[in-house]
Formats: sequence, C-alpha cells, structure tokens
Amino acid sequence: MSRSVLTRGALYVALAVAALVFLVPSFVRPAPAFWPWRQPIRLGLDLQGGTHLLYGVDIDQAIDNTVDRQLQELERVLREEQIGAASVERKGRTIQLQLANKDKRAQVEELVKDRFPNLVAVPEPDAEAGDLAYTLEPREVQRLRDNVQEQALKIIRNRIDQFGVAEPTVQAQGSDEIVVQLPGIQDPQRAKELIGRTALLEFKLVARGPEAGTIDHPGPNVQVVPGKSEKGRRTSYLLERRTLMTGDVLTDASVGQGAATEGMVVNFVLDARGTKEFGEITSANVGRQLAIVLDGVVESAPVIEDPITGGRGLIRGHFDFTEAQDLANVLRNGALPAPLKLIEERTVGPSLGQDSIRKGVLSFVVGSTLVVLFMLVYYRGGGVIADGALLLNVLLLVGAFAAFGFTLSLPGIAGIVLTIGMAVDANVLILERIREELRLGKTPRAAIEAGYERAWYAIRDSNVTTFCSGLILFQFGSGPVRGFAVTLCLGILTSLATGVFGTRVVYDFLTSRRRLATVSV
Amino acid sequence: MKGDSSPMATSRPARGAETPAPVQHRFFELIPPGTRIDFVGLRFKMLLLSWTTIAVGLAWAYVGGINWGIDFVGGTMVHVKFAAPTPIGDVRAALLKPELGEALVQDVGRAGNEFQIRVRGAEKGGSSSVSDAIKADLREKFVEGTYDVLRVETVGPKVGKDLGRSATLAVLAATLVMGVYIALRFELRFGVGAAIALLHDVLMTFGALAIARMEFDLTTVAALLTVVGYSVHDTVIVSDRIRENMKKMRRESLATIMNISINETLSRTLITSGTAILVTAALFVLGGPVIHSFAFALLVGFIVGTYSSIYVASPVVLYLEGRQARR
Repeated sequence: MSRSVLTRGALYVALAVAALVFLVPSFVRPAPAFWPWRQPIRLGLDLQGGTHLLYGVDIDQAIDNTVDRQLQELERVLREEQIGAASVERKGRTIQLQLANKDKRAQVEELVKDRFPNLVAVPEPDAEAGDLAYTLEPREVQRLRDNVQEQALKIIRNRIDQFGVAEPTVQAQGSDEIVVQLPGIQDPQRAKELIGRTALLEFKLVARGPEAGTIDHPGPNVQVVPGKSEKGRRTSYLLERRTLMTGDVLTDASVGQGAATEGMVVNFVLDARGTKEFGEITSANVGRQLAIVLDGVVESAPVIEDPITGGRGLIRGHFDFTEAQDLANVLRNGALPAPLKLIEERTVGPSLGQDSIRKGVLSFVVGSTLVVLFMLVYYRGGGVIADGALLLNVLLLVGAFAAFGFTLSLPGIAGIVLTIGMAVDANVLILERIREELRLGKTPRAAIEAGYERAWYAIRDSNVTTFCSGLILFQFGSGPVRGFAVTLCLGILTSLATGVFGTRVVYDFLTSRRRLATVSV
Repeated sequence: MKGDSSPMATSRPARGAETPAPVQHRFFELIPPGTRIDFVGLRFKMLLLSWTTIAVGLAWAYVGGINWGIDFVGGTMVHVKFAAPTPIGDVRAALLKPELGEALVQDVGRAGNEFQIRVRGAEKGGSSSVSDAIKADLREKFVEGTYDVLRVETVGPKVGKDLGRSATLAVLAATLVMGVYIALRFELRFGVGAAIALLHDVLMTFGALAIARMEFDLTTVAALLTVVGYSVHDTVIVSDRIRENMKKMRRESLATIMNISINETLSRTLITSGTAILVTAALFVLGGPVIHSFAFALLVGFIVGTYSSIYVASPVVLYLEGRQARR
C-alpha cells in the first residue's frame, strides 16, 4: 500500500474528527465542560427570531448641519469683534453675509481666514462691497462624507450596547447605510426610538418682552419651538434663535430620582469648556428661562435661579424610568452627526424560526435520503463510496459553519440541501466515465484511472462556474441571501474535497491492495 | 478482464446482478449506450417551442404583472398563522383601517391557517404605522392567542428602486461571466451558446414565476443566479464531449458529432440534473412558505436548464459554425 494513500486517508479522518469537535456544542447542550470548542453554530435572525433594522444615514443633512454650525460660530465671532452684520444667512450650502459697514470687509476676510479653516470664499460677481459669501472647503465635505457613517455607527453601537440585548450586530453597509440586528427582540419600538433619535441637545433662552412677539407672529431672531406633549396638551415656546450651548460638551448623563410628582430626571455632567460656558450663560441670565431643546422639542424650560458653575445640571421632563434611561443613554453617547432614516424593518417571531428550522431539516433529510438511495441503487458499489463522501461532505460543510462562525440562515439550509444534489454530480461524471472505459474493455484499475482523469475537466469547469455565480450573488445580496451564497461556495469546496479527492483515496486503497478483478459501478 | 469468479471488490453486489459476465458489463442504466436520438434534427421545432413559451411567459408578466415582493416595491408584509384553519375572507374582512384599503391577503400554508398580508408601495405601506394598523385590526377581529404574528417586514422606497437594477445587473453579469469562462475553456461559439442558453433559462423561469403568481423577492433573485451558475454544468458536460469527439472523429460533420456527443452524455446530464431537481423538489414541497418561491424558481430553472443545454446551447454553436463555413 502506498504511503500516499495512508497519508490522504489520515487527512480525511482528521478533517472528520475536527468537524465533529466543532459541531458538538451545536447539538449537545450544554457541551461537556472539558470540550475544547464552545461556540455553537450562529443562527440568522430568520431562524432564531429577532429584529433587523436598516438605516440610511442622511449625509447631505450632516453637511448642511456643519454649515449651520459654522454660521453660528461666525455670528458669534462677529459679535465678539463688534462687527455689525445686517444679515447672516444660509442659502443652500453657502453662508451669505451682509456687512453693515463696508469698510470692515477686509477685517472679516482676515478673520475667516484665521479662524475658519474649513470655509472658502465664494466669488460672487454681482455682489456689493459689503457682501461676502463662504462655503465649506471641498476637502471638508469629502471628510464628512467619509466619516459620517463611521461616526454614526460608533454612536449607535454604544447606544445598543447600553440598551442590553444579547449579541447585537451593528454594521455598516454600502457607503451610507447601517444595519442593526437584535436577536430575540420582537417588539422593536423602544429600540427604534433609541437608535433613530439624533439626540441633538441645545440650550436656548426663552424670549421675553416685546421683542418676543406672539406664537403666530414671532419677533425677529425668535423661533417657535414645540414643547413635549403632556397629557395630550402641547405647549409651544418662543425661543431666541441663538443656540447658547450644545450637548457635545456633556461628558456623562445618568438617571436620577426627581421630586415626588416629577418622575425621573436625567442628570448631566459637563466637561471643562462646557462648565465654563454654562457658568457664563447662567450668570448672565439669572431670572430668565433656559430652554433645554432635544431634537427640536423643548424638554423643559426651568428658570435660572442661581449661576451654575459646578458643571452639573439636570433635565426634568416627567420621565418614566425607561424614558429617562434611554435619554441618559443617548446623551452620554452623543448626538448623531446626521439624522437616520429607517429604510427597512424585518421582525421574525421565534415560532417561525423554529418552524423554519424544522422544515429545513425535514427537506434536508428527505432530499438527501432520495439522493443517497438513488446513488446506491444506480451505482451500487460506486454509489456506496459516493454516499460515504456525501456524508463526510455534509459533516465538513456544517462543521465549517461552526468553526468559522458563519451565520446559518434558512436559505443557507436550503443551500446545504442543494449542495447534496450538486455534490454527487462529480461522482456521477466519474462513475459514468468509468463505465464507459470498462465497456471499452479496460481493466478496473485503468478504467478508474481514466475515469477520474477524463471527468476532471468537466467537473472543474462546472464547479468554477457555479462558484463564480455564488460570488456574484454574495456581492449582490445581503443578510439571508448572503448566507445562501456562502453555503453555495463553501459547498463546492467541500464537494470537491470529498466527492472527487476523497473518493479517489478509497479507490486508490482498493486498487493498491490486490489486483482488482471487477469494480462495482 | 478474464472471467474469474473472484468476489466484487467494492461493497456487496446488488441482488440478482452478481453473475460475472466475462466481457459484458451489466450496469443499471437509464439510457442504454448506443442510443441515437436525433436531437440536432429537432432543433428548429424546439427553437420555436422554446421562444414561443418565453414570449408567452413575458407577455403574461407584462399583462398580468409580477407578484412583486415588498423587497422590490416597498411596503409592508405581515405573516400570521392561526391556530385553526380560518377562511381567507375573514382575514380580509378584518382589515378595516383606511390605509389598508389595498391590502393583499394570500394563503401561504397548506392547512389554510397561514396568511401573508401585504400593502405594497413604499409611499402607502413603507412605514411601521401600517404594520401597527394591521396588527391592531387583527386584534380587534380575532381573539388574542388564537393567532401568532410570525413575521413583519417593512421596506422603504429607496431599497426597492436600487434593488431592481442591481438584481438585473447581477443576473446579466453572471450570465456574461459564464459565457466568457466557457469561451476561454472551449471556443468562442461555445461561450455564446452557453450565454444564450442561460438567458433562455432565466427568461423561462421569470415567465413561470409570473404565470404561477409566485412572489418575486430577494431570494428569487438568488435562485435565478443559482440557476445561471448550475445550468452551465450540463452545457459543460456536453461541450466537453463535443470537443473530445471532434478530435476523434475528424471526418464527421459537426452536426453528427454533436448528436453523438449529446446521446453519449445524455444519461449523465439527466442524472446530475435529476439529483439537483430531486432535492429542490424536497425544498419546494417541504421547505415552507418562506422559501416557497425560491424553491419554485430553482425547480423550474433546473428543469429548463437541462433542456436548454441540449436544445439551445448546441444549436447556437451549430448556427455559428454554419456562418463560419459560409464565409
């Protein structure tokens, strides 16, 4: 017996043992304590139940927001430098400035150059001397495009981690989408609110005096902002347009117990810059109402009684515990750089998952039994060998799922069933060829030799093509469809390993021992 | 091989087949060797049959429309299962909320207790308020606990639009890749033949999906791509044999070689496809409603694919040969 047969045989035995080691935790629960592999096969949401959410990141909005922030900063700087501007407004992505005094033009240009590296001047041919226009540096726009999705991903991941669900997945998809998968969650309402919230926190003064105007006719630089609805009633606030501070200076937020009637509150802690700013704001406006605006809704508008210099504050919004918990969560993790839009939502209940597994396994058992029986009846001895290879094939394929941590979906199970039907193709080609060679009068050994050699080209070509379509499918699809593509490609590899090279070991073994008189095919 | 009576070397012999004939090998055969069916001669009739069927399928799709899944058109789907069989009319009657006016209810199980309720169109049905409305209506009409909401899916407008285009692209790209691969391995005309055969399979399957009113969703596209990848198997087997025979039979015309080759490989094309069709049939019958249209597309595609490697791919090669010869 040649050594090569022994070595190859040993390799297949080792592979089979390894696959079994990887598979035990998936079928024996709990696996014995000494077992070296602990991870069971990961099941897709369609099999274990749960929620799949697909969000689109509105990058254009993120760019607009950046322009807005630059505009507000510019306004602040102009005020500090006591440069009067008749108007500062955003038109699309340009900031248009009208100076009260044309002579200050050069000074403004200098200021922008020094302090606003992200702004570039837009030449406007018909502009007057006192008019200036700026837009975002193209490089900055590109940077935003590149980073916004990643930032949003990080923030959502943190929010979900603190939400407390077992093994969530948060992944980027394409250039502007984010996939969130929450196994075991059937009612995604709370999760959706948590993820979809931009969580932009702003502090604005409530307008007062004659300048405020009315809800129907707000004064200049005053805006109407809705308040949180309470017991079906919704109040609106007149707020000064100017944002005094935003939530990016928060370092921490936590749930606290409010006074008897006000439910839970959210405490927040500011960083050094925020502490200083908040101190200044509250010192300058004692006696006035400071509105805490979250995503365009006034959460509360307490009266500033004393300057707050300790860098701590709280939001009273008559929250219940989960509301307060989620609000603290989003504040802690920061605002999203761009609003998210829910594009797709899929929820699978646990009973359907169970049902799918049962039906998938049933199709597998019936399909493979039919194939195994057919091979046995039609090719007899050759069929036995092919069926043995098929068994090893399934073992290796499913073992690979456990070993590499691939996710098994329902289409994935269908892919395994399909692999059974396709794997024997190679054996059919080889066995038919062996029959042909035998008919030509060759000895079994020569016929086997020629059978493998001649059939190989067709086997190789047909597998390469299926593999290619599997790759294209992987590129095209997402979720369960990808699971199918993975199974298809993996199945081709294991089929070649077992159906072609594995069965060859058996034939080599048989022909090496003695002169073979006949071969059953 | 001499007529000695040593036992068969591999495994136990099947009953009644163990008489060791000296030269004669006896196999269990589907297609006996020496079969000569004139496939090539039938090619024009089959050509007509094929493309007429495709035309009918496409016309059907055009007139009757495709049963688009919400993956493609956006909207909401709620899949419910009742404990006891429930008339579909009762489910329809339950959906009273105005935004559910155009809800489609489809019986998807075999026991008459599983239904899919779909509101298509992203504008009307692409938000979770629609699924909430469906669930609320069901709660009002049926007793809690007698039914189970198995699945809820909501797809917004953007996904659907992109998907249709990328699905078409993926299928075309796969077809092209197959064609190019075959052209490189064999000859250009074999590649062209294979690509046309694949297109034939995809169109035929598409038409069958339309006629059977099967839902066309993401997994259906996966099935089409698989059909493209797998149909080539048979084409490869036949082409491989044609190439081999062309070396052996230099005197014969291509048509004759083709006929011989198709006949010689007939049993293996039928068996290889047969096993794939067998497991797909198992999936179709037993796999449940979630992958019903997926299994259907595979089943039709594999059957058509076997036929097309014989009747579509080879005639194209022959036609291209004829053109070459005339030039």
